[in-house]
Amino acid sequence: MSFSWMAWTLPTAMFFLTILALLIGMSIWEYFAPGGSPRIGILRFETTRGDRLFISLLGAAFIHLAWLGLVGPNLWWALAIAVVYAVGVFRFV
Amino acid sequence: MEKTWNNKAWFLVLPVLLLVAFSAVIPLMTVVNYSVQDTFGNNEFFWAGTDWFDEILHSARFWEALQRNLVFSFIILALEIPLGIFIALNMPKKGLGVPICLVLMALPLLIPWNVVGTIWQVFGRVDIGLLGHTLAALGIDYNYVRDPLDAWITVVVMDVWHWTSLVVLLCYAGLVSIPDAYYQAAKIDGASRWSVFRYIQLPKMKRVLLIAVLLRFMDSFMIYTEPFVVTGGGPGNSTTFLSIDLVKTAVGQFDLGPAAAMSIVYFLIILLLSWIFYTVMTSHDADA
Repeated sequence: MSFSWMAWTLPTAMFFLTILALLIGMSIWEYFAPGGSPRIGILRFETTRGDRLFISLLGAAFIHLAWLGLVGPNLWWALAIAVVYAVGVFRFV
Repeated sequence: MEKTWNNKAWFLVLPVLLLVAFSAVIPLMTVVNYSVQDTFGNNEFFWAGTDWFDEILHSARFWEALQRNLVFSFIILALEIPLGIFIALNMPKKGLGVPICLVLMALPLLIPWNVVGTIWQVFGRVDIGLLGHTLAALGIDYNYVRDPLDAWITVVVMDVWHWTSLVVLLCYAGLVSIPDAYYQAAKIDGASRWSVFRYIQLPKMKRVLLIAVLLRFMDSFMIYTEPFVVTGGGPGNSTTFLSIDLVKTAVGQFDLGPAAAMSIVYFLIILLLSWIFYTVMTSHDADA
């Protein structure tokens, strides 16, 4: 079966493999600590760690878009900000 | 009693996962792949990096279409939700009127989107349409082909006609599920009509209203067929919503790269707004 129609490139493959690795990592975490560790953080509504991953990924997408629109095409700083943002989300939200 | 955990149950989810993978995940992955490349057909692709995203984010056409989408969704929610609640409150709760009203309400939902567009396109025409001809006879200068405001009014009224009944049916389902004991207690306490609505009916409808708001927001934000059939995005670009712009770019111009980048930005905006709606409404529900 050929997947050439999907027009794969190394960067997009790495992007999806990262997402997959995150999902597998979250599943392993859930296996060892079931229940999703719900808590009420600074946003004042209950989130599980799955919610926190969703907020992190969605936020990361918008951070990259904002950087691209406002600063320029070099996205390494946007990636750094997104990682800091994700750590913040997992720590405080 | 200790809760039983059976992880074999996860295998039952596999068919759904496969279905979602083929209907959503794989197409989405393909769109992401296209968004960073350029193609001239023949399945040949050239790396473009973030160029298309850069182009989209600096495109006035994109921002104007997004603005139109947001305004349209806001108008639709502001009209359809209160109107749907009002109609549901006034529908009969027993007797022959119930099936008659339910069938009448369900009728617009059964009509395919392109047919709705065609109905309103003919209905609004000044030369042969009942609405357009009547308004012209009354001396009202109405022409949705020429005037942007008339085009907007036509598209909004068409959407209200098509989809308010969904809100009505959802609200009605919420209303009929309220036990009579609540109304009897309210009657004993001498509660006014407004108090009954505010403290009994509205809280009991909250969950169905959440579904109604989410469905109507997502649908109105992704609207394509009806305005495309009625106005084709015109006059000018006045009713060109993001979806219409997207199809023009992807199919009309065969610019798959920019169209894919636009699709992703569009998808992220819908995801963000739907998540905000859902979180605000459910967290408010949890506080209550």
